[in-house]
Amino acid sequence: MSYSPAAPRSGDVAGTLRLLAFLAISVGLLVADHHGEWLSRARAQANVAMQPLWWLAGLPSRLGRNVREDAVTRGLLAEDNHRLRNELLVANARLARMQADAAENQRLRAMLDATDDGRMDVQLAPILDIDLDPTRQRLTLRAGSREGVHVGQSVIDAGGVLGQIIGTTPTTSTVLLLTDPDHAIPVEVVRTGVRLIVYGQGRADLLRLPNVPLSSDVEPGDVLVTSGLGGRFPPGFPVGRIATLAPDDSRAFLVGEVMPTAQIDRGRDVLLLREGRGPLPAVARRAAGWTAVGAGVARGGDVDPATAAAAAAPAAPAEAAP
Amino acid sequence: MRRARNSWVLPVSVLLALLLGLLPLPELLQPLRPYWLALVVAYWVIEGEGRQGLGFAFGVGLLADLAFGSLLGEQAMRLVILAFILQRFRNQLRFFPVPQQALAIGGLLLNDRVVNAAVHLAMGIPQLPWSYWLAPLIGMLLWPPLFVLLDSLRLSRRKAG
Repeated sequence: MSYSPAAPRSGDVAGTLRLLAFLAISVGLLVADHHGEWLSRARAQANVAMQPLWWLAGLPSRLGRNVREDAVTRGLLAEDNHRLRNELLVANARLARMQADAAENQRLRAMLDATDDGRMDVQLAPILDIDLDPTRQRLTLRAGSREGVHVGQSVIDAGGVLGQIIGTTPTTSTVLLLTDPDHAIPVEVVRTGVRLIVYGQGRADLLRLPNVPLSSDVEPGDVLVTSGLGGRFPPGFPVGRIATLAPDDSRAFLVGEVMPTAQIDRGRDVLLLREGRGPLPAVARRAAGWTAVGAGVARGGDVDPATAAAAAAPAAPAEAAP
Repeated sequence: MRRARNSWVLPVSVLLALLLGLLPLPELLQPLRPYWLALVVAYWVIEGEGRQGLGFAFGVGLLADLAFGSLLGEQAMRLVILAFILQRFRNQLRFFPVPQQALAIGGLLLNDRVVNAAVHLAMGIPQLPWSYWLAPLIGMLLWPPLFVLLDSLRLSRRKAG
């Protein structure tokens, strides 16, 4: 602290002179910079050198901004995450449904193949309206007489028999479901061949199997298929599985409950069976809205003449003849 | 030996003063920004053992002009004037207690504003708003902590050595 020699008088003079010199230079620079352009170039050069300094000076605010943005981004990410999770759930649900659809599709195809082996044409018909009422179990299909639908056709789905056509308009048709209280269908037990009649009872999930003789060989779990008797339904299509069997009030007969194999209250499409019609050429069937199956035009030697004729006919007439 | 040890404090303090001068501030705080560079230059002129004088102030001022984008020579001139006055009263200032030093620095900073206004007037540059006259007050208040900080930085090395 003691090191502070007093400035000599001559130093004062020298200091003043130096001040004047520096002031002169400063003023010169000021004027040159303010009025002239020749300094701008030097300035530009110097600015390059100053870049790191500016960068440093801007660093805190940039960091602050980054932190702020990061916080915002975090919030957005959390939000996104939440939303995406929800979407994933929905997508998974959709996927599950599509898998169900795919499975159903496969079953339908299997069935188509089966019907094709029996030389039966099927027509895929979308469901327009569903009427599931205890007293009325009907479907309305978006396919009518114009598409070749006629009264009495059997209606099936992936699981089995659904019902039959009871009315048509040019563009729509009405299906009486198995489960309608007015409906009855002749069946046989696959295991034993016992013939029975299954009635609807106005519930989409259960059919009634009344008046089973006590002596008949029927057990819960037996599978019932159409017997073909009566000529309305072709034989061999699954109808249901016996869920319960119990003696009725008179104790003379058994009463059973049958779970239909067809998905009465599910699905968007049904198949219309058309027995006794030979398979159309695939192109014609596609054109007419018939589901194409990989069958040949004339299969084996058991094709009856009418079928062969229909098959051989050009697409248009075959399509026009319902 | 001792000077070599402490040499880092000076450039770092000047650099920090430049950075603090450049640091973006909200519009409202802008006028209150103290003239850090003047404070640092003042410290080195007072405590720099006579080696930092007008040339140092001029150089730092030119650097500041380049960095701040002000007219070349403007801050150089202001700092040179500041340094000259400080040199004149250096021996008295060194023995002032810190609060009194702060008052003197406040006066110098106020004078600096006057010089600045004069330069602007002479060059036909628009004057700064009146609120900028508050900056010297802040600078004055900042002098004691700054002085203590720089002193401790400068002297701690010496003690350690």
